[in-house]
Amino acid sequence: MMTNRGARLTQGQFSFLPDLTDEQITAQLQYALNRGWAIGIEYTDDPHPRNTYWEMYGNPMFDLRDPAGILKEINACRRIFARHYIRVTAFDSTRGWETPRMSYLVNRPANEPGFALVREERDGRAVRYTIRSYAADRPEGERY
Amino acid sequence: MTQPKAADKVAASQRYKAGVLRYVQMGYWQPDYQPLDTDLIALFRITPQPGVDPEEAAAAVAGESSTATWTVVWTDRLTACELYRAKAYRVDPVPNTGPGTKTEQQYFAWIAYDLDLFEEGSIANLTASIIGNVFGFKAVKALRLEDMRIPVAYLKTFQGPATGIVVERERLDKFGRPLLGATTKPKLGLSGRNYGRVVYEALKGGLDFVKDDENINSQPFMGWRDRYLYCMEAVNRASAATGEVKGHYLNVTAGTMEEMYERAEFARELGSVIIMIDLVIGYTAIQSMAKWARRNDMILHLHRAGNSTYSRQKNHGMNFRVICKWMRMAGVDHIHAGTVVGKLEGDPLMIKGFYDTLRESHTPASLEHGLFFDQPWASLRKVMPVASGGIHAGQMHQLIHYLGEDVVLQFGGGTIGHPDGIQAGATANRVALEAMILARNEGRDYLQEGPQILKDAARWCAPLRAAIDTWGEVAFNYESTDTADFVPTPTLSA
Repeated sequence: MMTNRGARLTQGQFSFLPDLTDEQITAQLQYALNRGWAIGIEYTDDPHPRNTYWEMYGNPMFDLRDPAGILKEINACRRIFARHYIRVTAFDSTRGWETPRMSYLVNRPANEPGFALVREERDGRAVRYTIRSYAADRPEGERY
Repeated sequence: MTQPKAADKVAASQRYKAGVLRYVQMGYWQPDYQPLDTDLIALFRITPQPGVDPEEAAAAVAGESSTATWTVVWTDRLTACELYRAKAYRVDPVPNTGPGTKTEQQYFAWIAYDLDLFEEGSIANLTASIIGNVFGFKAVKALRLEDMRIPVAYLKTFQGPATGIVVERERLDKFGRPLLGATTKPKLGLSGRNYGRVVYEALKGGLDFVKDDENINSQPFMGWRDRYLYCMEAVNRASAATGEVKGHYLNVTAGTMEEMYERAEFARELGSVIIMIDLVIGYTAIQSMAKWARRNDMILHLHRAGNSTYSRQKNHGMNFRVICKWMRMAGVDHIHAGTVVGKLEGDPLMIKGFYDTLRESHTPASLEHGLFFDQPWASLRKVMPVASGGIHAGQMHQLIHYLGEDVVLQFGGGTIGHPDGIQAGATANRVALEAMILARNEGRDYLQEGPQILKDAARWCAPLRAAIDTWGEVAFNYESTDTADFVPTPTLSA
């Protein structure tokens, strides 16, 4: 079990707040759409802080500009991957940015075992650190 | 190129006769000059000595910051001297100075410099001209460099930020909100072991970064290797405890470049994502560290230690916006640039000018923000400004309103001084931040409703409640000294 406050993974913009309601998620989608950003939905059962490439639940929805439609996609993803982490990412294609501008979790497993810190002792008191997810010891798809 | 009209009045045989001429006669005052796109333009605030007219003072500044010496030299005629002469081409009285005001008469002088006066990619060479001898020159009583237009041709000879806002966020996997930091306190005296404790607690509680202070280097109470080892233990423990990328700005400032490289290499070996340097190491050392940081995938934080010795007083020195420009060119990724509401100097309009200079792809001229020139940034990466000094969670709505989301908000005392401990302090700041960003994105009038938004979050977050009870009323209400000349404003009260 994680020992930080809230005992949960704190990636994303809103992990210190109570889980967002559908209404709150919709308002955040609208904020991104108003700026011309495209929404992507991604899921994983390997939430290592440096696991960049979560699985895409389809391509970013460049042409879907209705937050209710996007929420439907989010909820469909939540039904299929109920025990995965799911995040919503807003992609900005403007020159000078061309990068995600928002990213927040909309689903997480009920039980979050967290991460071990593995220390490899080296010369001169230096340590090489590795962060290992307890859940990722099991094969993909069987972790939570 | 325009022919120099003022110099035409004196025939060459007269112009180069041994003796002393006024600077306007030597060709440094050219009111008809049209600056080229490749010219570098400097805007100076000049307080002339009594009896010196503004055109002569401006010409003198142009002369002393380019080719002139105090007397005529015939060796000018061996060179394309008209090209190398800086040209003062415009002088305006500064609003609210002169007779009937409390301030001596001052003038803004526009001076153009040919691109060939400067070595490519060298802030040292640029500054040796522009802020070199000229600031001690007797014909001006006081002199301040207010702004510069850097031509794209010159910008393209600089690396720019080693990492930049976009890549920093991608590496950290943190988007859509300001980053949160804190400086370890007390800044001096902690042992390495005790110091790392503060880092661990703050990061585990919810901050993204903790920071060495500017004067933490390698002192009797804590050597640098110990500090690095304990801090990286803290960073990695906190990262495992939260599942987030975390960092600690390891200050590599030292007496020599060799020692700085040694410290930076050790930080890299230990897996740090970020190192830090102080402005006082000098422009060349900063550029060297920026190149090192680019080569080693390291974010480079700059603490602006020393800048207020020359940037704070309005009549002499240089404006901080010029430092912002030079540091973006020199290649740092973070720079402290003011808070508006905290304990350090900062007029809101001026600070917007600094932040825009660091973060935008193009800053249009805007006199109310102190930006005198249109400045395209030629795709140089964006610098993340850092707000630090006397700020706390109760000001979150104001901080986001004035500073935006691409900023590091550093709550040192506001984290470590929390009545329920450092982790609680960090959590209070993170909850306040996320609640305010959520409200902003929902389209709420968060600046007005800010205190209520915080109170609502404090209902379910005890650490935030305690923070607001402790610091809710703290504000630093002093007048700023460095204010706009065109729209005078008082410092904002919190």
